Amino acid sequence: MMQRKLPLLITFVTGVIMVVAFFVPHPPLGGLEQVSLRWYSIIAGFTLLLGADSLIRTHIRKIRRRENVFYSTVLLCALGLAIGAGAHAFITRGSAFESGTFFMYLYDNLLIPLQATMFSLLAFFIASAAYRAFRARNLEATLLLIAAVLVMLGRVPLGEMMWSKLPVIAEWIFNIPQMAAKRGILIGSALGAIAMSLRIILGIERTYLS
Amino acid sequence: MGFWERMARIDRRIIYLFIAVVVIVPILLQITLPVTVSPPVRMAYETIDALPESSVVMISIDYDAASMPELQPMLRAILHHCFSKNLRVLMIAQWALGVPLGIEALESVAKEYGKKYGVDYVNLGFRPGGMAQMVGMGKEIRDYFLTDYRGTPIDSLPMMRHIHNYQDIALLVGLEAGATGDMWVIYVGGRYRQDIILGVTAVIAPDAYPYLQAGQIKGLIGGLKGASEYEYLVGKPGLGMAGMTAQSCAHILIILFIIIGNIGYFMIRRRK
Repeated sequence: MMQRKLPLLITFVTGVIMVVAFFVPHPPLGGLEQVSLRWYSIIAGFTLLLGADSLIRTHIRKIRRRENVFYSTVLLCALGLAIGAGAHAFITRGSAFESGTFFMYLYDNLLIPLQATMFSLLAFFIASAAYRAFRARNLEATLLLIAAVLVMLGRVPLGEMMWSKLPVIAEWIFNIPQMAAKRGILIGSALGAIAMSLRIILGIERTYLS
Repeated sequence: MGFWERMARIDRRIIYLFIAVVVIVPILLQITLPVTVSPPVRMAYETIDALPESSVVMISIDYDAASMPELQPMLRAILHHCFSKNLRVLMIAQWALGVPLGIEALESVAKEYGKKYGVDYVNLGFRPGGMAQMVGMGKEIRDYFLTDYRGTPIDSLPMMRHIHNYQDIALLVGLEAGATGDMWVIYVGGRYRQDIILGVTAVIAPDAYPYLQAGQIKGLIGGLKGASEYEYLVGKPGLGMAGMTAQSCAHILIILFIIIGNIGYFMIRRRK
């Protein structure tokens, strides 16, 4: 009984304090809000540990089951190496991010190239996908295609050299039709977020407890 | 199999090869194209330019190495602008892996202008908390950052002695590769009326346009194009301007692919 009621009570009290403190930021509510926010940050720090714990357990389980043993082993070794290098730099130099440390060597020579490679693959996939799938099949697809071509041309200097009005058209697409759709989505999602927040504070929405 | 059917089934590796060539060749040849400044970037520039000397500009590094090609040139150009105007820079990071990128740009640009750590600029680094931290810093930065990224107590840094919350910060610049920019606008701009400029990757630039039009942000620097425009405005050509030629060629090539793909699609459909 208490296992379900206590979290609901904490959620209700904290939620109400945060909402009221937003409108009345004076003592004692303002102070309570600040304490709650600090607690939230501390808990957020611990969730990083939970994430690491979950990652390690998942991959140890995979190694035991002989599923993708190589990749899981590489991941665990890399994780251990990064934690070890970071801890060593922190103890010896006071910060993991000091230049000249082994951690920064790993960051500059492994992490940056790997992350940059993953992201830059997008250029190849987008080009291939555009060639195969971007077809003027109906009116809506044709409008989307024309808008995409105008924005792509209008956002680069070569497009402007072709026709000086292209950047103006691209900016118009951003400012008028795109914005109308985006604003509708934003307002809808904001209303949804308010409704969901109220449901959570009032204990109607309880899926986070499971 | 006809010509257009063969074109429709072209090996994707040939497309990849074309893309690689049009990206690599302009960078190797170091061709630069003329830059025209768009209104959102000019607004960002003019906002920083209008700040009185010694004002504090908080720059938040909310990206990592994946978005570095777009956002790092932006950061460097903004830092050039701030230091050339004798503005003080307070750096934080909402993405832990962005901290070294911030350090690299901040230290190298500050050195060019002979700026001193702790007096002209401070780097607070990363703390977990995200949205809670953003709201909480509106009352007291020290509740989240007692020390800078090196572990130095911030009260021992002369610049930080009079900086406690957003009231002491003239402008917040968020460099964004994700949704953190929305949080800055909603929680800090909305609640504390903090002036904000966003520098974002091209993919998420459309998401930030409603904030710009509504006046919730004072300027918007979008993608590599935005970075190149800012570099042009501050007169410091860098990787942003160098990369625009490659991006121009890649865009033209993708448009050619789309046109060829569509011609093939209609030719095949007509034959069927």
